[in-house]
Amino acid sequence: MNDMESALAERYGAWNWHDQRPDLASVFLESSKTHDALAWLRDSEGYRHLSFATAIDNIERNVFTLTYTLRNHEKRHSLIVHCDIDRGKPLMDSIHLLWGQAWTYQREMKEWFGIDFPGSPRVDEEFVLEGWAGPPMMRRDFDSLAYSDATYAERPGRVTHDPAAHMKAELYPEVAE
Amino acid sequence: MKREKAHIIPPAERAHPDLSTGKYLVMWQGPQHPGITGNMSLRLIADGDTVVDCETHVGYLHRGFEKLMERRLWMQNFPLVCRIAVPEPDFNEYCYATALEELAGIRIPEKAVWLRTFSLELMRLASFLMWIGGQAGAFGHGTIAQWSVTMRDYVLDLFEELTGGRIYHMYIIPGGVRGDIPQGFFQHVLDVLKTVEKNLDDIELVMFHNAIFKLRAEGLGYIPPEWIDQYGITGPNARAAGVQRDLRKDLGYLAYPRLDFKMITGTKSDAYERAKLRLLEMYQSISLLRQIIDMMPKDGIFRGKLPNPLYWKIPAGETYVAAECTRGEYGFYVVSDGSDKPRRVAVRGPSYTHAVSVMERLARGTNIADIAGLMVSLHTYPPEIER
Repeated sequence: MNDMESALAERYGAWNWHDQRPDLASVFLESSKTHDALAWLRDSEGYRHLSFATAIDNIERNVFTLTYTLRNHEKRHSLIVHCDIDRGKPLMDSIHLLWGQAWTYQREMKEWFGIDFPGSPRVDEEFVLEGWAGPPMMRRDFDSLAYSDATYAERPGRVTHDPAAHMKAELYPEVAE
Repeated sequence: MKREKAHIIPPAERAHPDLSTGKYLVMWQGPQHPGITGNMSLRLIADGDTVVDCETHVGYLHRGFEKLMERRLWMQNFPLVCRIAVPEPDFNEYCYATALEELAGIRIPEKAVWLRTFSLELMRLASFLMWIGGQAGAFGHGTIAQWSVTMRDYVLDLFEELTGGRIYHMYIIPGGVRGDIPQGFFQHVLDVLKTVEKNLDDIELVMFHNAIFKLRAEGLGYIPPEWIDQYGITGPNARAAGVQRDLRKDLGYLAYPRLDFKMITGTKSDAYERAKLRLLEMYQSISLLRQIIDMMPKDGIFRGKLPNPLYWKIPAGETYVAAECTRGEYGFYVVSDGSDKPRRVAVRGPSYTHAVSVMERLARGTNIADIAGLMVSLHTYPPEIER
Protein backbone atom coordinates (compact mmCIF):
# COMPACT_ATOMS: atom_id res chain seq x y z
CA MET A 1 0.00 0.00 0.00
CA ASN A 2 1.50 3.34 -0.99
CA ASP A 3 1.37 6.54 1.11
CA MET A 4 -1.50 8.10 -0.84
CA GLU A 5 -3.54 4.92 -0.76
CA SER A 6 -3.14 4.53 3.00
CA ALA A 7 -3.80 8.23 3.67
CA LEU A 8 -7.00 8.14 1.63
CA ALA A 9 -8.07 4.93 3.34
CA GLU A 10 -7.35 6.31 6.80
CA ARG A 11 -8.86 9.78 6.33
CA TYR A 12 -11.79 9.01 4.03
CA GLY A 13 -12.25 5.24 4.12
CA ALA A 14 -11.18 4.80 0.50
CA TRP A 15 -11.02 1.29 -0.95
CA ASN A 16 -10.27 -0.60 -4.13
CA TRP A 17 -7.09 1.32 -5.07
CA HIS A 18 -5.92 0.13 -8.47
CA ASP A 19 -2.74 1.10 -10.30
CA GLN A 20 -3.67 1.00 -13.97
CA ARG A 21 -0.31 2.42 -15.09
CA PRO A 22 2.62 3.94 -13.22
CA ASP A 23 1.08 7.34 -13.96
CA LEU A 24 -2.60 6.43 -13.45
CA ALA A 25 -4.53 4.98 -10.50
CA SER A 26 -8.15 4.77 -9.45
CA VAL A 27 -9.87 4.55 -6.08
CA PHE A 28 -13.38 4.31 -4.63
CA LEU A 29 -14.90 6.54 -1.95
CA GLU A 30 -18.22 6.95 -0.19
CA SER A 31 -20.20 9.68 -1.93
CA SER A 32 -20.61 11.60 1.35
CA LYS A 33 -16.83 11.84 1.71
CA THR A 34 -15.93 12.52 -1.91
CA HIS A 35 -16.17 16.32 -1.83
CA ASP A 36 -13.82 16.55 1.15
CA ALA A 37 -11.45 13.97 -0.27
CA LEU A 38 -11.25 15.90 -3.55
CA ALA A 39 -10.56 19.13 -1.62
CA TRP A 40 -7.83 17.36 0.36
CA LEU A 41 -6.28 15.87 -2.76
CA ARG A 42 -6.26 19.29 -4.37
CA ASP A 43 -4.99 21.33 -1.41
CA SER A 44 -2.64 18.88 0.30
CA GLU A 45 -1.57 16.33 -2.27
CA GLY A 46 -1.01 18.50 -5.34
CA TYR A 47 -3.85 17.08 -7.48
CA ARG A 48 -4.81 20.59 -8.49
CA HIS A 49 -5.94 19.91 -12.05
CA LEU A 50 -9.42 18.53 -12.68
CA SER A 51 -9.18 16.82 -16.06
CA PHE A 52 -12.88 15.99 -16.25
CA ALA A 53 -15.86 14.65 -14.34
CA THR A 54 -18.45 12.26 -15.67
CA ALA A 55 -20.77 9.42 -14.71
CA ILE A 56 -21.30 5.78 -15.60
CA ASP A 57 -24.77 4.26 -15.42
CA ASN A 58 -24.30 0.95 -13.61
CA ILE A 59 -27.94 0.01 -13.95
CA GLU A 60 -27.33 -3.58 -12.86
CA ARG A 61 -26.29 -2.36 -9.41
CA ASN A 62 -28.86 0.47 -9.47
CA VAL A 63 -26.14 3.11 -9.02
CA PHE A 64 -24.49 5.88 -10.96
CA THR A 65 -20.73 5.77 -10.58
CA LEU A 66 -19.36 9.31 -10.59
CA THR A 67 -15.84 9.72 -11.90
CA TYR A 68 -13.51 12.61 -11.12
CA THR A 69 -10.11 12.54 -12.81
CA LEU A 70 -7.43 14.67 -11.16
CA ARG A 71 -3.84 15.29 -12.13
CA ASN A 72 -0.77 16.13 -10.10
CA HIS A 73 1.48 17.80 -12.65
CA GLU A 74 4.53 17.82 -10.38
CA LYS A 75 4.37 14.07 -9.71
CA ARG A 76 3.11 13.43 -13.24
CA HIS A 77 0.34 11.24 -11.87
CA SER A 78 -3.41 11.08 -12.49
CA LEU A 79 -5.98 9.74 -10.07
CA ILE A 80 -9.50 8.64 -10.96
CA VAL A 81 -11.81 9.03 -7.96
CA HIS A 82 -15.05 7.04 -8.08
CA CYS A 83 -18.12 7.11 -5.91
CA ASP A 84 -21.50 5.43 -6.26
CA ILE A 85 -24.79 7.23 -5.78
CA ASP A 86 -28.27 5.78 -5.64
CA ARG A 87 -29.77 5.61 -9.11
CA GLY A 88 -33.26 6.09 -7.69
CA LYS A 89 -32.31 9.32 -5.91
CA PRO A 90 -29.37 10.74 -7.88
CA LEU A 91 -28.02 13.59 -5.75
CA MET A 92 -24.42 14.58 -5.24
CA ASP A 93 -22.47 17.35 -3.50
CA SER A 94 -21.39 20.06 -5.91
CA ILE A 95 -17.69 20.73 -6.41
CA HIS A 96 -18.17 24.05 -8.23
CA LEU A 97 -16.35 25.88 -5.44
CA LEU A 98 -13.30 23.64 -5.84
CA TRP A 99 -12.82 24.06 -9.60
CA GLY A 100 -14.07 26.92 -11.73
CA GLN A 101 -15.16 24.71 -14.63
CA ALA A 102 -16.81 21.97 -12.53
CA TRP A 103 -20.28 23.49 -12.82
CA THR A 104 -20.28 22.75 -16.56
CA TYR A 105 -19.58 19.05 -15.98
CA GLN A 106 -22.33 18.99 -13.36
CA ARG A 107 -24.76 20.74 -15.70
CA GLU A 108 -23.94 18.11 -18.30
CA MET A 109 -24.48 15.24 -15.83
CA LYS A 110 -27.83 16.74 -14.81
CA GLU A 111 -28.94 16.86 -18.43
CA TRP A 112 -27.46 13.59 -19.63
CA PHE A 113 -27.94 11.36 -16.56
CA GLY A 114 -30.47 13.24 -14.43
CA ILE A 115 -28.02 13.58 -11.53
CA ASP A 116 -28.67 16.69 -9.46
CA PHE A 117 -26.00 18.84 -7.85
CA PRO A 118 -27.90 21.24 -5.57
CA GLY A 119 -26.33 24.69 -5.48
CA SER A 120 -24.31 24.24 -8.66
CA PRO A 121 -24.67 27.34 -10.88
CA ARG A 122 -27.05 27.02 -13.83
CA VAL A 123 -27.38 23.29 -13.20
CA ASP A 124 -30.98 23.28 -14.43
CA GLU A 125 -30.26 25.13 -17.66
CA GLU A 126 -30.15 23.21 -20.93
CA PHE A 127 -26.65 22.34 -22.02
CA VAL A 128 -26.51 20.63 -25.41
CA LEU A 129 -30.03 19.19 -25.67
CA GLU A 130 -32.09 22.27 -26.41
CA GLY A 131 -35.80 21.60 -26.07
CA TRP A 132 -35.24 18.00 -24.95
CA ALA A 133 -38.39 16.52 -23.45
CA GLY A 134 -37.33 12.90 -23.05
CA PRO A 135 -35.61 11.04 -20.23
CA PRO A 136 -31.87 11.66 -19.65
CA MET A 137 -30.31 10.27 -22.78
CA MET A 138 -27.16 8.73 -21.33
CA ARG A 139 -29.06 6.38 -19.04
CA ARG A 140 -28.72 2.78 -20.10
CA ASP A 141 -32.46 2.22 -20.12
CA PHE A 142 -33.10 5.12 -22.51
CA ASP A 143 -34.41 3.53 -25.68
CA SER A 144 -33.30 5.95 -28.37
CA LEU A 145 -35.20 4.18 -31.16
CA ALA A 146 -38.48 4.15 -29.26
CA TYR A 147 -37.98 7.81 -28.31
CA SER A 148 -37.21 8.73 -31.88
CA ASP A 149 -40.25 6.86 -33.21
CA ALA A 150 -42.51 8.52 -30.67
CA THR A 151 -41.09 12.02 -31.05
CA TYR A 152 -40.22 12.54 -34.68
CA ALA A 153 -42.46 12.02 -37.68
CA GLU A 154 -41.33 9.86 -40.57
CA ARG A 155 -40.72 11.94 -43.70
CA PRO A 156 -43.00 10.81 -46.51
CA GLY A 157 -41.42 9.31 -49.58
CA ARG A 158 -38.66 7.37 -47.82
CA VAL A 159 -38.27 3.68 -48.49
CA THR A 160 -36.65 1.34 -46.05
CA HIS A 161 -34.95 -1.83 -47.23
CA ASP A 162 -33.74 -4.79 -45.29
CA PRO A 163 -29.96 -4.27 -45.69
CA ALA A 164 -29.10 -7.93 -46.26
CA ALA A 165 -31.85 -8.55 -48.82
CA HIS A 166 -31.21 -5.24 -50.58
CA MET A 167 -27.47 -5.77 -50.97
CA LYS A 168 -28.01 -9.33 -52.10
CA ALA A 169 -30.36 -8.08 -54.80
CA GLU A 170 -27.95 -5.32 -55.81
CA LEU A 171 -24.80 -7.41 -55.93
CA TYR A 172 -26.04 -10.88 -56.82
CA PRO A 173 -29.37 -10.43 -58.67
CA GLU A 174 -29.21 -13.89 -60.14
CA VAL A 175 -29.10 -15.51 -56.69
CA ALA A 176 -31.67 -13.13 -55.22
CA GLU A 177 -34.20 -14.06 -57.82
CA MET B 1 -20.64 14.93 7.50
CA LYS B 2 -18.91 18.10 8.70
CA ARG B 3 -17.09 19.85 5.87
CA GLU B 4 -13.36 20.28 6.14
CA LYS B 5 -12.11 23.74 5.34
CA ALA B 6 -11.02 23.89 1.72
CA HIS B 7 -9.81 26.78 -0.33
CA ILE B 8 -12.83 27.74 -2.40
CA ILE B 9 -13.04 29.48 -5.73
CA PRO B 10 -15.87 32.00 -5.71
CA PRO B 11 -18.03 31.74 -8.81
CA ALA B 12 -17.42 34.49 -11.34
CA GLU B 13 -19.78 37.33 -10.63
CA ARG B 14 -22.36 37.90 -13.31
CA ALA B 15 -23.84 41.26 -14.14
CA HIS B 16 -27.54 40.32 -14.39
CA PRO B 17 -28.36 43.68 -15.98
CA ASP B 18 -31.93 44.92 -16.01
CA LEU B 19 -32.81 44.53 -19.67
CA SER B 20 -36.10 46.40 -19.27
CA THR B 21 -34.20 49.69 -18.87
CA GLY B 22 -33.39 49.71 -22.56
CA LYS B 23 -29.79 50.55 -21.70
CA TYR B 24 -28.43 47.18 -22.76
CA LEU B 25 -28.30 45.39 -26.05
CA VAL B 26 -28.64 41.61 -26.23
CA MET B 27 -27.08 40.02 -29.28
CA TRP B 28 -26.13 36.58 -30.48
CA GLN B 29 -22.75 35.95 -32.02
CA GLY B 30 -23.12 32.66 -33.85
CA PRO B 31 -23.88 29.92 -34.66
CA GLN B 32 -23.42 31.22 -38.20
CA HIS B 33 -20.95 34.04 -37.83
CA PRO B 34 -17.43 34.56 -39.15
CA GLY B 35 -16.30 35.56 -35.66
CA ILE B 36 -17.18 32.31 -33.97
CA THR B 37 -15.22 29.09 -33.90
CA GLY B 38 -17.46 26.44 -35.39
CA ASN B 39 -21.09 25.77 -34.59
CA MET B 40 -21.57 27.49 -31.27
CA SER B 41 -22.87 30.83 -30.21
CA LEU B 42 -22.33 33.49 -27.60
CA ARG B 43 -25.22 35.38 -26.05
CA LEU B 44 -23.75 38.77 -25.33
CA ILE B 45 -25.17 41.64 -23.34
CA ALA B 46 -23.50 44.93 -24.14
CA ASP B 47 -23.54 48.28 -22.41
CA GLY B 48 -22.52 50.60 -25.19
CA ASP B 49 -19.73 48.69 -26.90
CA THR B 50 -18.58 46.90 -23.75
CA VAL B 51 -19.72 43.35 -23.06
CA VAL B 52 -21.13 43.03 -19.54
CA ASP B 53 -22.29 39.43 -19.73
CA CYS B 54 -21.59 36.43 -21.92
CA GLU B 55 -23.11 32.97 -22.10
CA THR B 56 -21.72 30.19 -24.27
CA HIS B 57 -24.37 28.13 -26.00
CA VAL B 58 -23.45 24.78 -27.48
CA GLY B 59 -25.42 21.86 -28.84
CA TYR B 60 -25.72 22.79 -32.51
CA LEU B 61 -23.38 19.95 -33.40
CA HIS B 62 -24.39 17.39 -30.80
CA ARG B 63 -24.61 13.97 -32.41
CA GLY B 64 -24.58 11.78 -29.33
CA PHE B 65 -21.18 10.21 -30.02
CA GLU B 66 -20.70 8.91 -26.50
CA LYS B 67 -24.14 7.29 -26.53
CA LEU B 68 -23.60 5.83 -30.00
CA MET B 69 -20.27 4.34 -28.96
CA GLU B 70 -21.93 2.28 -26.25
CA ARG B 71 -23.94 0.46 -28.90
CA ARG B 72 -21.26 -0.28 -31.44
CA LEU B 73 -18.47 -2.82 -31.54
CA TRP B 74 -15.07 -1.55 -30.42
CA MET B 75 -13.80 -1.23 -33.98
CA GLN B 76 -17.02 0.25 -35.34
CA ASN B 77 -16.38 3.37 -33.29
CA PHE B 78 -13.40 4.53 -35.36
CA PRO B 79 -15.52 6.33 -37.97
CA LEU B 80 -17.20 8.11 -35.06
CA VAL B 81 -14.28 9.19 -32.88
CA CYS B 82 -12.45 11.08 -35.60
CA ARG B 83 -15.48 13.33 -36.04
CA ILE B 84 -15.38 14.60 -32.48
CA ALA B 85 -12.74 17.25 -33.29
CA VAL B 86 -13.19 17.97 -36.98
CA PRO B 87 -10.00 19.91 -37.80
CA GLU B 88 -7.91 17.58 -35.65
CA PRO B 89 -9.28 14.05 -35.81
CA ASP B 90 -6.08 12.06 -35.31
CA PHE B 91 -5.85 12.77 -31.59
CA ASN B 92 -9.20 11.07 -31.10
CA GLU B 93 -7.98 8.04 -33.02
CA TYR B 94 -4.76 7.91 -31.01
CA CYS B 95 -6.44 8.22 -27.59
CA TYR B 96 -9.18 5.70 -28.38
CA ALA B 97 -6.84 3.18 -30.03
CA THR B 98 -4.30 3.44 -27.22
CA ALA B 99 -7.00 2.98 -24.58
CA LEU B 100 -8.19 -0.19 -26.33
CA GLU B 101 -4.63 -1.49 -26.65
CA GLU B 102 -3.96 -0.82 -22.98
CA LEU B 103 -7.10 -2.64 -21.84
CA ALA B 104 -6.54 -5.52 -24.26
CA GLY B 105 -2.79 -5.79 -23.57
CA ILE B 106 -1.70 -5.13 -27.15
CA ARG B 107 1.74 -3.74 -28.00
CA ILE B 108 2.34 -1.91 -31.25
CA PRO B 109 5.36 -2.28 -33.56
CA GLU B 110 8.19 0.29 -33.45
CA LYS B 111 7.39 1.61 -36.89
CA ALA B 112 3.78 2.26 -35.86
CA VAL B 113 5.04 4.29 -32.88
CA TRP B 114 6.88 6.59 -35.28
CA LEU B 115 4.09 6.74 -37.84
CA ARG B 116 1.62 7.69 -35.12
CA THR B 117 3.95 10.43 -33.87
CA PHE B 118 4.35 11.63 -37.45
CA SER B 119 0.60 11.66 -38.02
CA LEU B 120 -0.10 13.60 -34.80
CA GLU B 121 2.56 16.23 -35.51
CA LEU B 122 1.40 16.70 -39.09
CA MET B 123 -2.12 17.10 -37.75
CA ARG B 124 -0.89 19.67 -35.24
CA LEU B 125 0.63 21.70 -38.06
CA ALA B 126 -2.57 21.51 -40.15
CA SER B 127 -4.72 22.52 -37.21
CA PHE B 128 -2.51 25.48 -36.29
CA LEU B 129 -2.54 26.63 -39.92
CA MET B 130 -6.31 26.68 -39.83
CA TRP B 131 -6.30 28.48 -36.48
CA ILE B 132 -3.89 31.24 -37.53
CA GLY B 133 -6.12 32.08 -40.47
CA GLY B 134 -9.04 32.48 -38.08
CA GLN B 135 -7.00 34.55 -35.65
CA ALA B 136 -5.77 36.89 -38.37
CA GLY B 137 -9.23 37.08 -39.95
CA ALA B 138 -10.81 38.06 -36.63
CA PHE B 139 -8.62 41.17 -36.68
CA GLY B 140 -9.25 41.98 -40.34
CA HIS B 141 -6.26 40.23 -41.94
CA GLY B 142 -8.16 38.16 -44.47
CA THR B 143 -5.13 37.69 -46.69
CA ILE B 144 -3.31 35.70 -44.05
CA ALA B 145 -6.29 33.37 -43.78
CA GLN B 146 -6.02 32.71 -47.53
CA TRP B 147 -2.31 31.95 -47.23
CA SER B 148 -2.65 29.66 -44.24
CA VAL B 149 -5.66 27.76 -45.60
CA THR B 150 -3.67 27.15 -48.80
CA MET B 151 -0.77 25.82 -46.71
CA ARG B 152 -3.18 23.63 -44.79
CA ASP B 153 -4.45 22.23 -48.06
CA TYR B 154 -0.90 21.19 -48.98
CA VAL B 155 -0.73 19.36 -45.65
CA LEU B 156 -4.11 17.75 -46.32
CA ASP B 157 -2.70 16.56 -49.66
CA LEU B 158 -0.05 14.72 -47.64
CA PHE B 159 -2.70 13.12 -45.47
CA GLU B 160 -4.56 12.03 -48.57
CA GLU B 161 -1.39 10.44 -49.90
CA LEU B 162 -0.68 8.66 -46.60
CA THR B 163 -4.18 7.65 -45.52
CA GLY B 164 -6.54 8.13 -48.45
CA GLY B 165 -8.54 10.75 -46.54
CA ARG B 166 -8.06 14.51 -46.34
CA ILE B 167 -10.08 15.40 -43.23
CA TYR B 168 -10.94 12.14 -41.48
CA HIS B 169 -8.11 9.67 -41.71
CA MET B 170 -8.95 6.68 -39.53
CA TYR B 171 -5.25 5.96 -39.84
CA ILE B 172 -4.42 5.15 -36.23
CA ILE B 173 -6.14 1.90 -35.35
CA PRO B 174 -5.55 -0.69 -32.62
CA GLY B 175 -2.36 -2.61 -33.24
CA GLY B 176 -0.63 0.17 -35.17
CA VAL B 177 -1.61 2.20 -38.22
CA ARG B 178 -3.67 1.35 -41.28
CA GLY B 179 -1.04 1.66 -43.98
CA ASP B 180 2.65 1.88 -44.72
CA ILE B 181 4.62 4.85 -46.04
CA PRO B 182 3.90 5.40 -49.76
CA GLN B 183 6.88 5.51 -52.10
CA GLY B 184 8.44 8.97 -52.29
CA PHE B 185 6.10 10.25 -49.57
CA PHE B 186 8.73 11.70 -47.25
CA GLN B 187 10.24 13.75 -50.06
CA HIS B 188 6.79 15.26 -50.65
CA VAL B 189 6.57 16.00 -46.92
CA LEU B 190 9.94 17.73 -46.88
CA ASP B 191 8.95 19.84 -49.89
CA VAL B 192 5.70 20.91 -48.25
CA LEU B 193 7.43 21.68 -44.95
CA LYS B 194 9.84 23.96 -46.77
CA THR B 195 6.95 25.82 -48.43
CA VAL B 196 5.01 26.11 -45.16
CA GLU B 197 8.08 27.32 -43.29
CA LYS B 198 8.65 30.05 -45.86
CA ASN B 199 5.00 31.05 -45.59
CA LEU B 200 5.21 31.18 -41.80
CA ASP B 201 8.11 33.63 -42.14
CA ASP B 202 5.82 35.85 -44.23
CA ILE B 203 2.98 35.50 -41.75
CA GLU B 204 5.30 36.39 -38.89
CA LEU B 205 6.38 39.52 -40.72
CA VAL B 206 2.94 40.65 -41.85
CA MET B 207 0.87 39.69 -38.82
CA PHE B 208 3.07 39.91 -35.76
CA HIS B 209 4.74 43.18 -36.70
CA ASN B 210 1.47 44.77 -37.73
CA ALA B 211 0.61 47.74 -35.51
CA ILE B 212 -3.15 47.09 -35.62
CA PHE B 213 -2.81 43.44 -34.63
CA LYS B 214 -0.44 44.32 -31.81
CA LEU B 215 -2.64 47.13 -30.58
CA ARG B 216 -5.76 44.98 -30.49
CA ALA B 217 -4.30 41.67 -29.32
CA GLU B 218 -1.91 42.89 -26.64
CA GLY B 219 -3.64 42.87 -23.29
CA LEU B 220 -6.74 41.18 -24.73
CA GLY B 221 -8.06 38.17 -22.80
CA TYR B 222 -5.42 38.14 -20.08
CA ILE B 223 -5.46 34.83 -18.20
CA PRO B 224 -3.92 35.13 -14.72
CA PRO B 225 -1.57 32.21 -13.92
CA GLU B 226 -3.66 31.27 -10.87
CA TRP B 227 -6.60 30.47 -13.19
CA ILE B 228 -4.70 27.63 -14.86
CA ASP B 229 -5.46 25.09 -12.14
CA GLN B 230 -8.68 26.73 -11.03
CA TYR B 231 -10.22 26.33 -14.48
CA GLY B 232 -8.31 23.32 -15.82
CA ILE B 233 -6.67 25.39 -18.56
CA THR B 234 -4.14 23.46 -20.66
CA GLY B 235 -2.05 23.72 -23.81
CA PRO B 236 -0.85 27.02 -25.30
CA ASN B 237 -3.43 28.92 -23.21
CA ALA B 238 -1.61 27.71 -20.09
CA ARG B 239 1.92 27.88 -21.49
CA ALA B 240 1.40 31.52 -22.54
CA ALA B 241 0.88 32.25 -18.83
CA GLY B 242 4.31 30.78 -18.09
CA VAL B 243 3.07 27.38 -16.91
CA GLN B 244 5.44 24.58 -17.93
CA ARG B 245 2.99 21.88 -19.01
CA ASP B 246 3.03 19.88 -22.19
CA LEU B 247 1.81 16.29 -22.16
CA ARG B 248 4.33 15.41 -24.88
CA LYS B 249 6.96 16.04 -22.22
CA ASP B 250 4.98 15.12 -19.10
CA LEU B 251 3.58 11.80 -20.32
CA GLY B 252 6.37 11.00 -22.73
CA TYR B 253 4.13 9.00 -25.04
CA LEU B 254 4.97 7.59 -28.47
CA ALA B 255 8.38 8.72 -29.82
CA TYR B 256 8.36 12.15 -28.15
CA PRO B 257 10.97 11.27 -25.48
CA ARG B 258 13.43 10.54 -28.30
CA LEU B 259 12.85 13.84 -30.08
CA ASP B 260 14.78 17.01 -29.40
CA PHE B 261 12.41 19.83 -28.48
CA LYS B 262 11.91 22.32 -25.68
CA MET B 263 8.67 23.38 -24.13
CA ILE B 264 7.73 26.85 -25.36
CA THR B 265 6.27 29.18 -22.78
CA GLY B 266 5.35 32.85 -22.56
CA THR B 267 4.73 35.34 -19.80
CA LYS B 268 2.18 37.93 -20.84
CA SER B 269 -0.76 35.52 -21.17
CA ASP B 270 -2.78 37.69 -23.54
CA ALA B 271 -4.10 37.06 -27.06
CA TYR B 272 -0.88 38.30 -28.68
CA GLU B 273 1.30 36.06 -26.52
CA ARG B 274 -0.86 33.03 -27.22
CA ALA B 275 -0.72 33.72 -30.96
CA LYS B 276 3.06 34.15 -30.88
CA LEU B 277 3.46 30.95 -28.88
CA ARG B 278 1.36 28.98 -31.36
CA LEU B 279 3.41 30.36 -34.24
CA LEU B 280 6.57 29.13 -32.51
CA GLU B 281 4.92 25.74 -31.95
CA MET B 282 4.25 25.54 -35.69
CA TYR B 283 7.96 25.99 -36.37
CA GLN B 284 8.57 23.39 -33.67
CA SER B 285 6.20 20.92 -35.35
CA ILE B 286 8.12 21.36 -38.62
CA SER B 287 11.35 20.61 -36.77
CA LEU B 288 9.80 17.55 -35.10
CA LEU B 289 8.49 16.24 -38.42
CA ARG B 290 11.96 16.50 -39.95
CA GLN B 291 13.45 14.66 -36.97
CA ILE B 292 10.79 11.95 -37.22
CA ILE B 293 11.54 11.43 -40.91
CA ASP B 294 15.26 11.14 -40.12
CA MET B 295 14.84 8.74 -37.22
CA MET B 296 11.90 6.60 -38.31
CA PRO B 297 12.65 2.98 -39.18
CA LYS B 298 11.92 2.63 -42.87
CA ASP B 299 11.43 -1.13 -42.72
CA GLY B 300 9.42 -3.41 -40.49
CA ILE B 301 5.75 -4.01 -39.88
CA PHE B 302 3.39 -1.12 -39.23
CA ARG B 303 0.56 -3.09 -37.64
CA GLY B 304 0.38 -6.06 -35.30
CA LYS B 305 -2.11 -8.88 -35.37
CA LEU B 306 -5.56 -8.14 -33.98
CA PRO B 307 -8.41 -10.42 -32.96
CA ASN B 308 -11.37 -10.63 -35.33
CA PRO B 309 -12.99 -7.19 -34.87
CA LEU B 310 -16.48 -8.66 -35.18
CA TYR B 311 -15.94 -10.90 -32.16
CA TRP B 312 -13.44 -8.79 -30.23
CA LYS B 313 -14.16 -8.67 -26.51
CA ILE B 314 -11.95 -6.45 -24.37
CA PRO B 315 -11.27 -7.49 -20.75
CA ALA B 316 -13.14 -5.51 -18.09
CA GLY B 317 -11.32 -2.43 -16.86
CA GLU B 318 -11.00 1.29 -17.26
CA THR B 319 -8.32 3.70 -18.39
CA TYR B 320 -7.76 7.31 -19.28
CA VAL B 321 -5.44 8.08 -22.18
CA ALA B 322 -4.47 11.68 -22.88
CA ALA B 323 -2.36 13.47 -25.46
CA GLU B 324 -1.25 17.04 -26.10
CA CYS B 325 -3.30 18.37 -28.98
CA THR B 326 -3.03 21.92 -30.32
CA ARG B 327 -5.47 23.16 -27.69
CA GLY B 328 -4.16 21.23 -24.70
CA GLU B 329 -5.10 18.03 -22.91
CA TYR B 330 -7.18 15.74 -25.09
CA GLY B 331 -8.25 12.52 -23.47
CA PHE B 332 -10.44 9.46 -23.74
CA TYR B 333 -11.82 7.74 -20.65
CA VAL B 334 -12.82 4.23 -21.66
CA VAL B 335 -14.61 1.63 -19.55
CA SER B 336 -15.02 -1.98 -20.62
CA ASP B 337 -17.32 -4.48 -18.94
CA GLY B 338 -15.69 -7.36 -20.79
CA SER B 339 -18.14 -7.33 -23.69
CA ASP B 340 -17.77 -6.53 -27.38
CA LYS B 341 -18.85 -2.90 -26.90
CA PRO B 342 -17.63 -0.08 -24.66
CA ARG B 343 -19.50 0.34 -21.42
CA ARG B 344 -18.69 4.05 -21.35
CA VAL B 345 -16.52 6.38 -23.38
CA ALA B 346 -16.07 9.96 -22.17
CA VAL B 347 -14.09 12.47 -24.18
CA ARG B 348 -12.13 15.22 -22.49
CA GLY B 349 -11.62 18.10 -24.90
CA PRO B 350 -9.77 21.23 -23.85
CA SER B 351 -12.50 23.43 -25.37
CA TYR B 352 -14.84 22.27 -22.63
CA THR B 353 -13.33 24.67 -20.16
CA HIS B 354 -11.73 27.17 -22.56
CA ALA B 355 -14.91 27.94 -24.53
CA VAL B 356 -17.36 27.90 -21.65
CA SER B 357 -16.05 28.86 -18.21
CA VAL B 358 -12.96 30.76 -19.35
CA MET B 359 -14.58 32.50 -22.34
CA GLU B 360 -17.61 33.61 -20.34
CA ARG B 361 -15.36 35.15 -17.73
CA LEU B 362 -12.88 36.78 -20.11
CA ALA B 363 -15.61 38.29 -22.29
CA ARG B 364 -16.92 40.54 -19.54
CA GLY B 365 -15.46 43.99 -19.92
CA THR B 366 -14.20 43.29 -23.43
CA ASN B 367 -15.02 45.58 -26.33
CA ILE B 368 -17.59 43.90 -28.53
CA ALA B 369 -15.38 44.24 -31.60
CA ASP B 370 -12.70 42.12 -29.90
CA ILE B 371 -14.95 39.21 -28.92
CA ALA B 372 -14.17 37.30 -32.12
CA GLY B 373 -10.42 37.82 -31.66
CA LEU B 374 -10.67 36.73 -28.04
CA MET B 375 -12.69 33.63 -28.91
CA VAL B 376 -10.20 32.51 -31.56
CA SER B 377 -7.26 33.27 -29.26
CA LEU B 378 -8.56 30.54 -26.92
CA HIS B 379 -8.59 28.11 -29.89
CA THR B 380 -11.75 26.13 -29.32
CA TYR B 381 -13.67 23.45 -31.23
CA PRO B 382 -17.34 23.02 -30.23
CA PRO B 383 -17.78 19.34 -31.24
CA GLU B 384 -15.46 18.20 -28.46
CA ILE B 385 -17.70 20.00 -25.94
CA GLU B 386 -20.89 18.39 -27.19
CA ARG B 387 -19.70 14.93 -28.23
